[in-house]
Amino acid sequence: MSAAVSATRVRSDASVVRRRRVGISLRYGFLAVLAIVYVFPFIIAIATSFKTEPDATANPLALRPHPATTQAYHDLYHGSDFTTWVKNSVIVTLSVTLLRVFLDSLAGYSLARLRFRGRGAAFATVVTVMAVPGVVLLIPKFLIIRQLGIYDTYYGMIIPLLVDAAGVFIMKNFFESVPISVEESARIDGASTFRIYWSIVLPMARPALITLFILSFQGSWNELSHFIVSTQSPSLFTLTKGVAQLASGQLGSGNRYPLKLAASILMTIPVAVLFFVFQRRIMNASSGAVKE
Amino acid sequence: MLRRWREPGIRGHEATAGWLFLLPVIVILGLFLILPIALAAWVSFSDWNGNGSPLGAHAHWVGLANYRDLLTTPSLDQSNFGTALRNNFYYVLLVVPVQTAIALFLAVLVNRGLRFVGFFRTAFYFPSVTSSVAITVLFLFLFSPSGVINKLLSYVGVTGPSWLYDPRGLFHVILDQLGVHQAPASLANGTFLGVSYWDWLAGPSIAMCIFIVMAVFTTSGTFMLIFLAALQSIDESVDEAAALDGASEWRKFRHITVPMIRPALFTVLTLGLIGTWQIFDQIYVGSKGSPSNTTLTPAYLSFDTSFNQNNWGVGAAIAFILFGIIIFFTLVTRVLTRSPDRLPRRRRFGPTGPIGDPDASHIVEAAQ
Repeated sequence: MSAAVSATRVRSDASVVRRRRVGISLRYGFLAVLAIVYVFPFIIAIATSFKTEPDATANPLALRPHPATTQAYHDLYHGSDFTTWVKNSVIVTLSVTLLRVFLDSLAGYSLARLRFRGRGAAFATVVTVMAVPGVVLLIPKFLIIRQLGIYDTYYGMIIPLLVDAAGVFIMKNFFESVPISVEESARIDGASTFRIYWSIVLPMARPALITLFILSFQGSWNELSHFIVSTQSPSLFTLTKGVAQLASGQLGSGNRYPLKLAASILMTIPVAVLFFVFQRRIMNASSGAVKE
Repeated sequence: MLRRWREPGIRGHEATAGWLFLLPVIVILGLFLILPIALAAWVSFSDWNGNGSPLGAHAHWVGLANYRDLLTTPSLDQSNFGTALRNNFYYVLLVVPVQTAIALFLAVLVNRGLRFVGFFRTAFYFPSVTSSVAITVLFLFLFSPSGVINKLLSYVGVTGPSWLYDPRGLFHVILDQLGVHQAPASLANGTFLGVSYWDWLAGPSIAMCIFIVMAVFTTSGTFMLIFLAALQSIDESVDEAAALDGASEWRKFRHITVPMIRPALFTVLTLGLIGTWQIFDQIYVGSKGSPSNTTLTPAYLSFDTSFNQNNWGVGAAIAFILFGIIIFFTLVTRVLTRSPDRLPRRRRFGPTGPIGDPDASHIVEAAQ
């Protein structure tokens, strides 16, 4: 092994450059192939949603629909409760996201900044709770929601999602990284704690709030299992529940792939838009947090 | 103490404000996390069948009967549970190493020094933001008998299986190709958790392979970001010093990169294990456990046993056993990835740990 190392050491610069060049082309090669593998399924899904069903079955790989038709979207709009699902998803996602950002930041601020007895215990509880896997809670949540009499209502869909321990944790971490001096001077000027939080701390916390907004929006828009256990009436179906039913149900004849894919594409648009708008922040969010 | 209450001073109202600010979070976590766990624990020791309230006259204490039913008494419940455990075990066994390896590979590729890395990162990460429902629908289409995958296979002269309708275990299929068509008597007779040894060794079914590929496809991008963050915190000069010393790419990777990203590796493995043992949405949307229960998982079985068969006690017991399994594997990962030179505690479980990472919380959410 050491022989190999010293042999490399005496190689000329030219060979190092050449080796590096080969390495770079190799990396681009891998990247190109992998990018196709990751992107192609979405492109084929979009193409298929504009195909007729026989075309989709006969030519699954064709990128150009022949003939091109918007029949799937038409059927989705007229033949299912798609608009109801969209409405419910929007109501639930917006309520959950806005309230969650508010409540999590409030709690995070309290845990990071305010001094009171029991703070350590409260924080330990939050961390412990975070470790409980969500799937384990499906049955328990249903039992409580029913016991509280909010089964099959918007309350049952929204309230249990309002708080997530991870969000509290993110906000606490953020507030701890902000210098305390500004708040102190406001405190000396006699501002109330809520006032300080609302008009001084929150505006400074914008980056963390946006991260939390993205996570909450994406999480509640894509949520399925909670809605399965908290509702049953079709009028409260969200997009995830509705499309899940489309996917497994026998809606009409045939495999209905264009229709199902059309529904999947439409339900992906909001999170995709959010992703592309905040792309840079999402990509840096994790690196920023880990680097601290 | 008293003095402080009477004379609020500049920090005097802090205690009140502190608790008030925390109140909503505490009430909701208590009401929808802690209380439910207590109630479900009671149900797992009861014979409640879904009628009335689990705290009312319809539920009776049955002790460990539900757990015995699953673990020791041969019954349909037990063989379903055994089957679900087997299925999920193979799912975890294949998904976790593959997604970790691919995520790390992607992260190394897009780390630095190339143009367009932004585009590639976006392409690899995008599947992670989509919903499990949409992705499942997409994969059911890709893997349909006349779908994209089988079409691609046909170009290289392979007749694809019928995927979602194929209950054969992968290892059984391979053995079949090698000429072993039947279970040897020693494996066919013995059973564990109501499943014969031969069936324990079946491997993931062809149908389950769809979900395995799908999990790798959707989560590798997220984990790539975690690795990427760790890679970017490595000082470039270390890398260059090694290069000047003539270390090959592989040696650099093995002896410099991997030890330095150990905390990230711990995070990814832990999150992978937690997430894969919880697979539910995809099964609910895609297969409901079919064909022949080979895509049944404990999470789905727990749901199905409770909500569809009204056997709430057994369903809740499954959930608690699953909880135990997840905790067990988390601890195992922690021990296995412990650095030999014992990093200080904060570095191992600090900001890179599953808790402090905003991305991590998002995966846990997505995995639910």
